[in-house]
Amino acid sequence: MSASNAVMAAEGADRWLVREDLHAQPGTMLGFWLYLMSDCLIFACLFAMYGVVGHNYAAGPSPKDLFELPLVAVNTAMLLFSSITYGFAMIEMQRRRVNATIGWLAVTGLFGLAFVGIELYEFQHLIHEGAGPQRSAFLSAFFALVGTHGLHVSFGIVWLVTLVFQLKRWGLTDATRRRLACLSMFWHFLDLIWIGVFTYVYLMGVLR
Amino acid sequence: MSARSLRLVTTLCLTALSALLSGCNLVTLDAAGDIARQQGDLIVVSTVLMLLIVVPVMALTGWFAWHYRASNRRATYAPEWNHSTQLELVIWSAPLLIIIALGAVTWISTHTLDPFRKLDRLDATRAVPADVKPLKVQVVALDWKWLFIYPDYGIATINELAAPVDVPIEFQLTSSTVMNTFYVPTLAGMIYTMPAMDTRLHAVINQAGDYEGMSAHYSGAGFSHMRFRFKGLDGAAFDQWVAQVRAAPAELSRDEYLRLERPSEKEPARHYGKVVAGLYDAALNLCVDPTKMCMRDMMAIDARGGLGLANVYNVAQLRYDADRRRDRTAATPDRYVTALCTVAPDAYMSPVDPPHYGGARLAP
Amino acid sequence: MTPASAEPRSELATLLFGRLSLDSIPYHEPIIVMTFLVAALAGTAVLAWITRARAWGWLWRDWICSIDHKKIGVMYMILGFVMLLRGFADAIMMRAQQAMAFGDAAGYLPPHHYDQIFTAHGVIMIFFVAMPFVTGLMNYIVPLQIGARDVAFPFLNNFSFWMTTAGALLVMLSLFVGEFATTGWLAFPPLSGADYSPGVGVDYYIWALQIAGVGTLLSGVNLIVTIVKMRAPGMTLMKMPVFTWTALCTNVLIVAAFPVLTAVLLLLGLDRTVGTNFFTNDFGGNPMMYVNMIWIWGHPEVYILILPLFGVFSEVVSTFAGKRLFGYTSMVYATVVITILSYLVWLHHFFTMGSGASVNSFFGITTMIISIPTGAKLFNWLFTMYRGRIRFELPMLWMMGFMFTFVVGGMTGVLLAVPPADFVLHNSLFLIAHFHNVIIGGVVFGVFAAVSYWYPKVFGYRLNVFWGKVSFWCWQIGFLFAFMPLYVLGLMGVTRRVSHFEDMSLQPFFVVAAFGAVLIGVGILASLIQFYVSYQRREQLRDVTGDPWDGRTLEWATSSPPPEYNFAFTPRVHDIDAWWDMKRGGYQRPTTGFLAIHMPKGTSAGIILAGISAVVGFALIWHIWWLAVASFASLVGFAIFHTFNLNRDFHIPADEVAHVESAHTRALAVNGA
Repeated sequence: MSASNAVMAAEGADRWLVREDLHAQPGTMLGFWLYLMSDCLIFACLFAMYGVVGHNYAAGPSPKDLFELPLVAVNTAMLLFSSITYGFAMIEMQRRRVNATIGWLAVTGLFGLAFVGIELYEFQHLIHEGAGPQRSAFLSAFFALVGTHGLHVSFGIVWLVTLVFQLKRWGLTDATRRRLACLSMFWHFLDLIWIGVFTYVYLMGVLR
Repeated sequence: MSARSLRLVTTLCLTALSALLSGCNLVTLDAAGDIARQQGDLIVVSTVLMLLIVVPVMALTGWFAWHYRASNRRATYAPEWNHSTQLELVIWSAPLLIIIALGAVTWISTHTLDPFRKLDRLDATRAVPADVKPLKVQVVALDWKWLFIYPDYGIATINELAAPVDVPIEFQLTSSTVMNTFYVPTLAGMIYTMPAMDTRLHAVINQAGDYEGMSAHYSGAGFSHMRFRFKGLDGAAFDQWVAQVRAAPAELSRDEYLRLERPSEKEPARHYGKVVAGLYDAALNLCVDPTKMCMRDMMAIDARGGLGLANVYNVAQLRYDADRRRDRTAATPDRYVTALCTVAPDAYMSPVDPPHYGGARLAP
Repeated sequence: MTPASAEPRSELATLLFGRLSLDSIPYHEPIIVMTFLVAALAGTAVLAWITRARAWGWLWRDWICSIDHKKIGVMYMILGFVMLLRGFADAIMMRAQQAMAFGDAAGYLPPHHYDQIFTAHGVIMIFFVAMPFVTGLMNYIVPLQIGARDVAFPFLNNFSFWMTTAGALLVMLSLFVGEFATTGWLAFPPLSGADYSPGVGVDYYIWALQIAGVGTLLSGVNLIVTIVKMRAPGMTLMKMPVFTWTALCTNVLIVAAFPVLTAVLLLLGLDRTVGTNFFTNDFGGNPMMYVNMIWIWGHPEVYILILPLFGVFSEVVSTFAGKRLFGYTSMVYATVVITILSYLVWLHHFFTMGSGASVNSFFGITTMIISIPTGAKLFNWLFTMYRGRIRFELPMLWMMGFMFTFVVGGMTGVLLAVPPADFVLHNSLFLIAHFHNVIIGGVVFGVFAAVSYWYPKVFGYRLNVFWGKVSFWCWQIGFLFAFMPLYVLGLMGVTRRVSHFEDMSLQPFFVVAAFGAVLIGVGILASLIQFYVSYQRREQLRDVTGDPWDGRTLEWATSSPPPEYNFAFTPRVHDIDAWWDMKRGGYQRPTTGFLAIHMPKGTSAGIILAGISAVVGFALIWHIWWLAVASFASLVGFAIFHTFNLNRDFHIPADEVAHVESAHTRALAVNGA
């Protein structure tokens, strides 16, 4: 192979090939967002189910008989506050302050725990009154929708605790920052779903 | 070479197929009832419309495959040719035109052949006479047999359906436990029967004969034998059949219905000369067992906002499925009998002026 | 399914084993015992063979724990083939039963067994044959076609595969422990509710599909991100190969449809396990909601299966016609239109529910509209052949079979979209013939086309042509014999899922159909022989060029089989047919200057998580609550543990890349390329 051929080959190679270590664009955020959208569809189905059988009380209690709006309002406040405090955690993360991030995460976790606790109290109270998920299709759909949301929040708390440990161990690395961002999306997403639940199930159930 | 063998195979198969076809009865395309006949015609029309595009595609596929085979060096070879606006236009518009035509056919036929719509003709040439009283049949799909109630006559049958020729039939259908599909191929298309749901079917039979009906939607172990005879009878014969059923000693009480409702297979045809009043309505509302709350009442209560926490433990009357669990054995005590003791005795239907179809034959 | 006569179980036994008891094992059914013996013997033989070959370590490291998209793709295909054998065994048993059970002859299957078989056949063929095939193909080919080194989330990919396998395992287990559902493949309530299906069959159905569904959903997310984020430089969306386009649309459909299945099965599971009332007759439940929701998943599912194969046919036809694909743009738009429209047609699966004429005609017409882009696709393939130079290699043969078969299936499909016609044909054998016509003619023929097309890429040698042709003709003719009689029977008013007939005049049709099924069986056997014979003669069939068919897309630019890292350098793309363009444009293989390549590392976390999930599923099926809680806790615990593992990647040194690449360069030189 003559020298000129080799040069041409090299030029040609540049047309066809990337001669450096090409870093793929990070796809975690997109992937996680897609997962959230699929989760959103699960909630959409549960909402649809509630929409269809939500008035089938089976000659039993209706939302008016069961829901205590003040309690639910407190509960909603817990979740909304937890979203704000998560936001503060993210701001601290941007400032690269590990301990402040962990502090705000802890506050978020406590708000989350309070939310789950109040919800469990509400469920326990309903079941105690005889208005368990088996009593009517309305109650089945209510427990499925609210329970699925509560289960998500509980998983969020487990995840949050895990992340706190990882932050303590590794500090704010690429991996932990990415995970914090994912959990942030997850947490705000659950907040959004709850706003739907609060409006559609509780407010419209009691005030109508 | 493979294109040729392909064609050979296709020819062979078509021959075999036509040989088979000559020996069979394509009931859906040659039905004895006007509705089924129109549906069959629609199948033919739609198929022909689509063949307009399918046949050229198949022919072109065969021809292109043959002509542009690699060994045919005389054929044009244009490796870069990949776009032609005119062709694209044809490609998209030809199916579009067919679908516009078919869509129009669909829109019209779906409305005219809607099972919920009352008939306006007996067949292609005759409208429904103003004075004819339609035959009403109430159908309940049970595990695994069919109950037919004739409210105008106060009679009922199991696994046997009869109807006078050239008289509109109005079916009202429901199911006791799970979904089934009511299907008499020669009479009309299928319609689901669902527990606590009321569906309708309007149809007419134009030729006397002995036909078959079935459940077309799988419903459990006894499904395969959930078949019934459908008798198309001329008017006089139908009147006679009614008289014969009415003379049958068996009575269809609520008690008898609840016994009947229990799973059983291959039930022979059976006649009931008397039927308790409001039985279909009770079956539809899942409250033939008087200890159960009727769906209708439950829905009315729910529409007013339920009964609140006061009624929260009152659940036995709302549990319809559990008492009919399919793994319940004969040894399990029968709750129905004890429950029935507290209820007033059944009142049987006593129809006034049941229609007769024998005397006045409908003019063609 | 404890017999009712058995004495009540002690509380301890119920606590420990839930509903599981020795009676759950169907040792009194000779067919199942025989099946078990054969499966156990075959399984032992395979295990013994692996042990003798001392292949356990290799199997564990290089396959089970592998996060290489190519190996996972191959494992998906193997899963698909194994389950195809099971699903086909079910099919042949049904055909045999229906050919025998006339009049006084009851056939050899009691209804309880027959009902399980048709349910299992549908579930297995859709979820554990077609889905693994489709996912496997996309997994293997998509990263290669877009010039990527792997998928976006390699570990998730491994996990997805093992979740699918765990689901398949549960379905297989139901054969030997307990029973499978006797409800039909979509398990409509109230029949599938706890009261009308009290056994464990429906629970097996629910949990097998839930576990496999997680895998499917995650692999959908994974492939979307891969396609969106990891395309080679220069590959704009409108320069993506058509297969990648169809893969993208399919995965969008997966992510947008499978959550609905998850939700609806969750609700059915709650009804059965907790006693809620979503789909019961009791307490205001609404079974029709289930039918709607499951078909909102179910109809897109049909397109999830067929779209990637449309992509395969597009690649095959343009390669073997030696010609650019006709109408690339309209092909892409047709795919996108089908993707969107597939959500607007679900109600055509139950016109007979009585939704009213306007609703029915709306859904009928939207269904017909889908046939317009599908028709456009067919024409595009047709005009790709026009002015081509067609080589009738095996993939092209399957393509021809598809073209002739699929138009008929499509036509009968449009026919079924006319509501009054559907009233007659719904639930009839005509319907069965229709969807086998599109699924065999489209999906199965497409999978075989894809397998014979990409086999040389995957294993480095071509498939034997003779046995391939035997397989093709057996499938093609077998299909005609098996399903044309069903079309006729459907028009004769014969309905589906019937295990016994009274009308003797129908028997000849069923005998012909059974003969067709046997022919298809010979076709399956022929492909197994084909794999074996090709392996035996792999030296004669060897492809060293990496481009045996004069291909057009990037997967042919690398060696066969591709190195672990796929491409030593990421290619730059200037054309839809990137590799064709490179070949015409004077591309030279790089021989020097290799760099170290960053790659993900294998892990056992996928199979462990999926294994625990299977245990959770088993415990929930049999109501063994302590086990369900314990295994679920360990599932969460292990998942958390796994997040502490940051040791997930490594670099292939430049020397090693140079070594692999120069070996291929030498092989090319020896071959005189």
